[in-house]
Amino acid sequence: MAMKVLREVGRKRSGAAWIGGSRGFADCAAAAMGVAERREGGGGTKAVNLFTAVNQALHIALDTDPRSYVFGEDVGFGGVFRCTTGLADRFGKNRVFNTPLCEQGIAGFAIGLAAMGNRAIAEIQFADYIFPAFDQLVNEAAKFRYRSGNEFNCGGLTIRSPYGAVGHGGHYHSQSPEAFFCHVPGLKVVIPRSPREAKGLLLASIRDPNPVIFFEPKWLYRLSVEEVPEGDYMLPLSQAEVIRKGSDITLIGWGAQLAVLEQACEDAAKDGISCELIDLRTLIPWDKETVEASVSKTGKLLISHEAPITGGFGAEIAASIAERCFLRLEAPVARVCGLDTPFPLVYEPFYMPTKNKILDAIKATVNY
Amino acid sequence: MAAASFTAAKFLAPVAGRSGGDRPAPFLPAPSSARPLRRTRPAQRLLAVSSDVLAGNKAAPAAAAQPAVTREEALELYEDMVLGRNFEDMCAQMYYRGKMFGFVHLYNGQEAVSTGFIKLLNQPDCVVSTYRDHVHALSKGVPARSVMAELFGKATGCCRGQGGSMHMFSEPHNVLGGFAFIGEGIPVATGAAFAAKYRHEVLKQSSPDGLDVTLAFFGDGTANNGQFFECLNMAQLWKLPIVFVVENNLWAIGMSHIRATSDPEIWKKGPAFGMPGVHVDGMDVLKVREVAKEAIDRARRGEGPTLVECETYRFRGHSLADPDELRRPDEKSHYAARDPIMSLKKYIIEQSLASEAELKSIEKRIDDVVEEAVDFADASPLPPRSQLLENVFADPKGFGIGPDGKYRCEDPKFTQGTAQV
Repeated sequence: MAMKVLREVGRKRSGAAWIGGSRGFADCAAAAMGVAERREGGGGTKAVNLFTAVNQALHIALDTDPRSYVFGEDVGFGGVFRCTTGLADRFGKNRVFNTPLCEQGIAGFAIGLAAMGNRAIAEIQFADYIFPAFDQLVNEAAKFRYRSGNEFNCGGLTIRSPYGAVGHGGHYHSQSPEAFFCHVPGLKVVIPRSPREAKGLLLASIRDPNPVIFFEPKWLYRLSVEEVPEGDYMLPLSQAEVIRKGSDITLIGWGAQLAVLEQACEDAAKDGISCELIDLRTLIPWDKETVEASVSKTGKLLISHEAPITGGFGAEIAASIAERCFLRLEAPVARVCGLDTPFPLVYEPFYMPTKNKILDAIKATVNY
Repeated sequence: MAAASFTAAKFLAPVAGRSGGDRPAPFLPAPSSARPLRRTRPAQRLLAVSSDVLAGNKAAPAAAAQPAVTREEALELYEDMVLGRNFEDMCAQMYYRGKMFGFVHLYNGQEAVSTGFIKLLNQPDCVVSTYRDHVHALSKGVPARSVMAELFGKATGCCRGQGGSMHMFSEPHNVLGGFAFIGEGIPVATGAAFAAKYRHEVLKQSSPDGLDVTLAFFGDGTANNGQFFECLNMAQLWKLPIVFVVENNLWAIGMSHIRATSDPEIWKKGPAFGMPGVHVDGMDVLKVREVAKEAIDRARRGEGPTLVECETYRFRGHSLADPDELRRPDEKSHYAARDPIMSLKKYIIEQSLASEAELKSIEKRIDDVVEEAVDFADASPLPPRSQLLENVFADPKGFGIGPDGKYRCEDPKFTQGTAQV
């Protein structure tokens, strides 16, 4: 019965175009192996978009753990991005409910629920609204286990929030605040790049015994469509994925930016530059080994993210890799990121780290 | 947290606005004051403010006769509301034609609140709003062409195209924004009120009328947010010249106010903090104006803040992207019948304050104003690319002068290896 519900949901929602031409995941040994080995529960795959994949993950999470709850603003009717469709009808209003408009309250309330041994899956409607909750997340969620000497913990906490540019969002519907949270020991930050990644990573995040902030690239909610296994499966946290093998330069990104990076890889390949593309997937704790191995091979690194460049998470990666691979690096670590301004309204196309900017940086780095 | 299933029978008629009769009008329900509607059924638990919505009752009978208003005032109110309505309708048209983009939130149906309050203000008084701010800006005097150009993202907009729909600012008209984030404007308004009080009492700089007043507009959802409560406390503690105006349209996107709030009567939160709280029929501009007059006068005299809850309704969805499927048709039609513009028109005609022809000519004039605003916005230039890096810091050119003596933001390599702006 559960499968039918999910299929119904998927059928209604899917159908958008593939982004960026062929994604070439089938070519990548790592990805294919990953899906095969991690999939449980049989069943085939189905082409669904990102919000449907998230929805499937939430259905499974609530199904498999009777003490899990989904709440946030407008989640009752399905949410403004339709990620929570059908949950209230299926699991009841005691487990899936709307909260008033108070992010600080939502986060603190979620921490309390989690501290008493439940899985609290709270939605912050847009990542831009997460700042009132910042205090609770940084000062309470991150430090709960530490300061209680493991008497209590809020590992059951997962905060889901749509982040990133959407083309017309302006200052307050487009921000990428991941860097603020990466600076907090005690929290995990996970960002999927596609529907299949999202479902697996979200289930892993929900079941991880640490508080996780799960940022979903809102631009991809409808645009990104992929074959997603229908059953219950998880993808490992703190493991980056090499989604394209190459030898000349390592590119790192996460979320929606990977689609842009992929296009840049294709274009660079036409100029004979072989790019290795890594999806970081978990930003903290991040997979230093995979990145280090890749940079040791290529000798060059480029990081790209939508958030402003100064103090963005790319800075942490650049500093760590400079430390670990100093003698191996053949060029300075390049960062192609958002500009150091508030996220603009009409200037969005100029602000964003576009394919051309990345291509120029690839060439500059390779020819250093 | 099961949702309460609410039925009409449990609701009471809302308390109608105060009449112009007794002065000074006690805002707190004083023992002897005439509040007939609540007194008649004291035993029943008071629930939502929009009592008669689902009950299908007729609109609550007016607690007293309509307050008096002169012909000039009535026509001014009518014109302002028609401007608000026509402007928003034109916004919808322009949005669907692709001339403006992003998140646009229209104010149709709530004009009585904006007009009723803001038309009583002077130039130095401040208005702080939410993302549903076009009409607040218009009522405060920002020209329609500036607002439309801002919506189109043009350089001639009131914020030079930087802000867009949700961020209308105007220094000459003291419109302090436009806030995308609910509740963010309330502390800002509180600070502006403090500045006004300081100007008046310490610097002795403000007008002979009294303190300059700040109005903070926000919705029912915001009344559950921490910032709101913090500011109620601060404003009353320091007796600031501010009026907190709640535009309770019952819905926060898809969340019903009644199901999201432990006590849906927001006006009651005022007395809890020591300030008067009053509820008014926000679909009737004359009642809003009466209540607004008292609240604003209180603030001007230095008696401190007031919390005014306006029962109102938005005729369109939350934003132009909202399919508006959750609100019931009977609720929508109930409020459509209470359209503030229709009500005022009816009142003007019945009281013989003006003829139909005069009202029609006002409407025609407003049509022209709005058309002209669109033409102006269309013809205006887009901002130059270099504006992207301006005004990040106090230095208007953003990041100052670089070692080569030129503005850093004009250096193509400024933010990264190969920045292209």
